[in-house]
Amino acid sequence: MQRRVVFRGKLLPYLLLAPQLAVTLMFFFWPAGQAIWQSLHREDPFGLSSRFVGIDNFTAVLADPSYLHSLGVTAAFSVAVTVLAAAPSLLLAVMADRVLRGATLYKTVLLAPYAVAPAVAGVLWLFLFNPGIGIVAYGLRWLGIDWNYLLDGTQALALVVIAAAWKQISYNFLFFLAGLQSIPKSLLEAASIDGAGESRRFWTIVLPLLSPTAFFLLVVDIVYAFFDTFGIVHAVTAGGPAKATEILVYKVFYDGVVALDLGGSAAQSVILMVIVIALTAVQFRFVERRVHYG
Amino acid sequence: MSARSGIDWLPHAILLAGVAIVAFPIYVTLVASTLSVSDIVNAPMPLIPGGHGLDSYREALFAGSSLRTSGALVSRMLLNSLVMALVIATGKIAISILSAYAVVFFRFPLRMVFFWMIFVTLMLPVEVRIVPTYKVVASLGMVDTFAGLTIPLIASATATLLFRQFFLTIPDEMVEAAQIDGAGPLRFFWDTVLPLSRTNIAALFVILFIYGWNQYLWPLLITNSASMMTIVIGIKTLLGGGDAQTEWNLVMATTVLAMLPPIAVVVLMQRWFVKGLVESEK
Repeated sequence: MQRRVVFRGKLLPYLLLAPQLAVTLMFFFWPAGQAIWQSLHREDPFGLSSRFVGIDNFTAVLADPSYLHSLGVTAAFSVAVTVLAAAPSLLLAVMADRVLRGATLYKTVLLAPYAVAPAVAGVLWLFLFNPGIGIVAYGLRWLGIDWNYLLDGTQALALVVIAAAWKQISYNFLFFLAGLQSIPKSLLEAASIDGAGESRRFWTIVLPLLSPTAFFLLVVDIVYAFFDTFGIVHAVTAGGPAKATEILVYKVFYDGVVALDLGGSAAQSVILMVIVIALTAVQFRFVERRVHYG
Repeated sequence: MSARSGIDWLPHAILLAGVAIVAFPIYVTLVASTLSVSDIVNAPMPLIPGGHGLDSYREALFAGSSLRTSGALVSRMLLNSLVMALVIATGKIAISILSAYAVVFFRFPLRMVFFWMIFVTLMLPVEVRIVPTYKVVASLGMVDTFAGLTIPLIASATATLLFRQFFLTIPDEMVEAAQIDGAGPLRFFWDTVLPLSRTNIAALFVILFIYGWNQYLWPLLITNSASMMTIVIGIKTLLGGGDAQTEWNLVMATTVLAMLPPIAVVVLMQRWFVKGLVESEK
């Protein structure tokens, strides 16, 4: 898209662009370039010299069992977060679309988790599930479940999944509701006149028309689970116990900042960049399609 | 639609259950911040507010020395978070509106190259370039400063895209009219484009304020001293190992204080918030 009428000016547009370009070059392109450069080099233990090693860092990372483990954890984590955030949100959005009174009140409460920082969301749920004092942990023990996420890796993963999904419910709810409200009422009325019952209308009309929204949310939720959940993991489990909750972003942080394995961390960064670029490309391809669905 | 008599109760029942589950952790935290430590650690803790609220909040806000935060006061952390959130939100909006204006209202060599350069930053969140970005900031001597905390985060493709989208809808006739009146590009920006962008700016501000306030990984790396600590990092520090010695009442009071500003912004500016969230994804 282009404008027909524009202003003339030789220097001014560059001046207007300058602040953003300066920040972008200095804090995005330069570090990203460094990450790529570093991922292809290996430094000696004293950091005095480095030599080109080609894709050695990548093959080392991809052959490292702890990286593959982290990849598996991330996959399980993001699938669980996506399902647990999307399914209840869809149910609540369908219900909120039906009610006439009180919708704003429900919406206000359901939007609140979006405002809570990931790390703080982690602390809220940690407090409920703390083995010693948590009220939910107390209930679980009363039910006969041996709950201690500090020792049990599966339970720790479940806890960070719950905290991460809770935060993302707001977003999913809002977009599902917007998607539902954009479905033409005339379609539903026509189906109703033809004798289609409520559940039949939902499965044959509402859900297919909602599928672009659902697909969009799928990508957004995966990106969220991959990259925006660092705070939850860092605050609640610090990747433990025994790396059971070590998702990829946490591992990049740990290897690069704590363990100071620069080449390995840089190679991991580059792999993550490729993942984000792929996911963003999928998202944008899809957004173009969404426009046609209306 | 099928004929209905009276209110349909099922949706309300499901929504109430959903709202109760979603609000439960926030409610329990609010209650815990008003209890004494012994009330909290003797599980199960009561679910009705107690009478120690004022003490907990006063101690958390102004008596930092008794906490494990190496002397940082929660009031100071709140101030740091506020500065960080405001600088990031206004900074992002300012540089984005200018660059979007340049890209839309001018024709110049390399225009689309610059646009794409801004666009691809969408694909490079801090999380994927932690160490090199830290090194750049360190080499500029900006570690443990507000500049280091905020400037690397203020480039925003999202805001630029949103403003570009909006600027493209401004009718050509308005630009022509301004040109006939002899107004230059800066005058047109100030008198016409900026006032027209008010709702977009408000919507973006809500989203970006929350984004800034909730930052975690970046402040964790860039700040060392207690006086630079943000509230979200502060909670993690207060929490320690999350064991029996944790002063849970203070942790919970601090948690409430950390949640309050962004939740207030979302609730009070809900219309802008929803607009910002939906528009920034287009």
